[in-house]
Amino acid sequence: MPLYVLKRLALLVPMLLAVSVTVFLILRLGQGDPAMSYLRLSNIPPTDEALATARQELGLDRPLPVQYADWLGKAVRLDFGRSYVTKNPVLDEILYYLPNTLILAGFSLFLTLAVSLPLGAISAVEKDKLPDQLVRGLSFFGVSIPNFFLGFVLVWIFSVKLRWLPSMGMGGLDHMILPAVTMSLMSLCINARLIRANMLENIHARFALYARARGLSERAVTGRHVLVNSLIPVITAVGMHVGELFGGAVVAESIFSWPGVGRYAVSAIYNRDYPVMQCFILIMTAIFVTMNLAVDILYAWIDPRIRLQGESK
Amino acid sequence: MRRPTFRKAMIGLACAIMACIALMAAAAPLLAPHDPDAIDLEHKFAPPSLEHPLGCDHLGRDELSRLIYAARVSMGSALVIAASILIFGFAAGATAGFLGGRTDAVLMRLCDVFLTFPTFILAMFMVGVLGTGLTNVILAVALTHWAWYARIIRSLALTLKHRDYVLAARISGSGRLKTAWLHILPPIAAQLAILATLDIGHMMMHVSGLSFLGLGVTPPTPEWGVMISDARQFVWTHPELIMYPGAMIFITVMAFNLLGDAMRDALDPALAEAE
Repeated sequence: MPLYVLKRLALLVPMLLAVSVTVFLILRLGQGDPAMSYLRLSNIPPTDEALATARQELGLDRPLPVQYADWLGKAVRLDFGRSYVTKNPVLDEILYYLPNTLILAGFSLFLTLAVSLPLGAISAVEKDKLPDQLVRGLSFFGVSIPNFFLGFVLVWIFSVKLRWLPSMGMGGLDHMILPAVTMSLMSLCINARLIRANMLENIHARFALYARARGLSERAVTGRHVLVNSLIPVITAVGMHVGELFGGAVVAESIFSWPGVGRYAVSAIYNRDYPVMQCFILIMTAIFVTMNLAVDILYAWIDPRIRLQGESK
Repeated sequence: MRRPTFRKAMIGLACAIMACIALMAAAAPLLAPHDPDAIDLEHKFAPPSLEHPLGCDHLGRDELSRLIYAARVSMGSALVIAASILIFGFAAGATAGFLGGRTDAVLMRLCDVFLTFPTFILAMFMVGVLGTGLTNVILAVALTHWAWYARIIRSLALTLKHRDYVLAARISGSGRLKTAWLHILPPIAAQLAILATLDIGHMMMHVSGLSFLGLGVTPPTPEWGVMISDARQFVWTHPELIMYPGAMIFITVMAFNLLGDAMRDALDPALAEAE
């Protein structure tokens, strides 16, 4: 097991390097000119002379590999440059907003798992009966409604009509409910479907047959053997959900005026504030990759077949 | 398992919805009662009337006409994205699977890099670099999704590569390109069609979601996400201006999902049984 963890951790370095190269190339090969944005956001008229000075100042006149090496060297020391707008260090600004987003995403992930588990299980146990049909109807609805519309439907029902929940800003738990539901409904429905399909498959698995042969009641077979084994693939799905949740967070933060990093990034993109954009995508991807790594390790820990396969190679 | 009659009814419904929306998109100039971009401040927030069946938005533009024209942009862009991803994904995936060796390794590492990013965040970033506008959004969403398809198509191609009939074709002198086109594509075409159908709704949500954030199709172009974004500040007073375009996206996505599910059930009864 420690060997497996080390191997996976070692893979993280080339992955993040590849990500940073890609981000750097997309930025530099795009049509935008950072020097132009820099001048515009600093309220300097973009004369040829000013542009040349700005390019020199930002190091844009050097060859691409040199620029990349320089940038990477600083990034490793956690220096991502300064925002063109506020002139503050980018990392500080992002770290200021990031916790708000992580709280929201964490709560949404919790909601996804806490709700999809009973829904999926009930749906499988009561297959083709009313509860199953209700759950399937809900999941069909949930995967088809876009989050940026769902958010407003929720605001309209729970804030405008019923006046139960606040529609904007950050505060207590009640402020978190609507954005979190907006973010999690889709992954929740996908998860419920996944659990249901896994359980229906496992009901006929050999270990379930063996448990029945030992004389266990159907309830014990379902609860202890079928359900638990059906949760293993869900762990992998969680890794994927995190990526979806980050995308959903940007939308939910915009709808509900949640002071998170997504909303900050959208305004940076409007302004073409390149250092912020760059740092934002790197940090979000790094978190996403790390989460997936954690998921893989957890998976290997739970299911020895995975890590043994890795070691035998 | 669902009763066959129920399933048939659902497929019929999905096809009918899609036909309606396709018709709306194709015949928008004939169907729309007004110019979708004509601003008329005297009719600001006008209630539904014979002249404006769904009323007017905050600039007095006819809501129904805008909804109809938006079908063009939303559905059109999703179809273009799906088609380009399929073509590019097949080119990359079949090449990797078929050639193997170094080409395979390089292409798959490239896919890995693209799959490392959270999709929507990468699409946002690309729009940020490329600039807003319909073409750039299509490009951004296509670029962030092709790797998934390349990977799936590669693994499908790998399973077929060593089949006798493919080997026979190669031995009898069929070139790699011809073999891929004639002997690899047809057996996997149905699976690809299902994947694409299930994903078109997803692509639409991406395009409209980016447009909603102001990082996609730019106003005043009528697009469902743009329309929701335009109406967002009036959710307390005129929620219907959000509900109409939202419902359009929802219904369209649902129709594609229904059809995709039905196609999958039809192709793979074993899977349908497990569902």
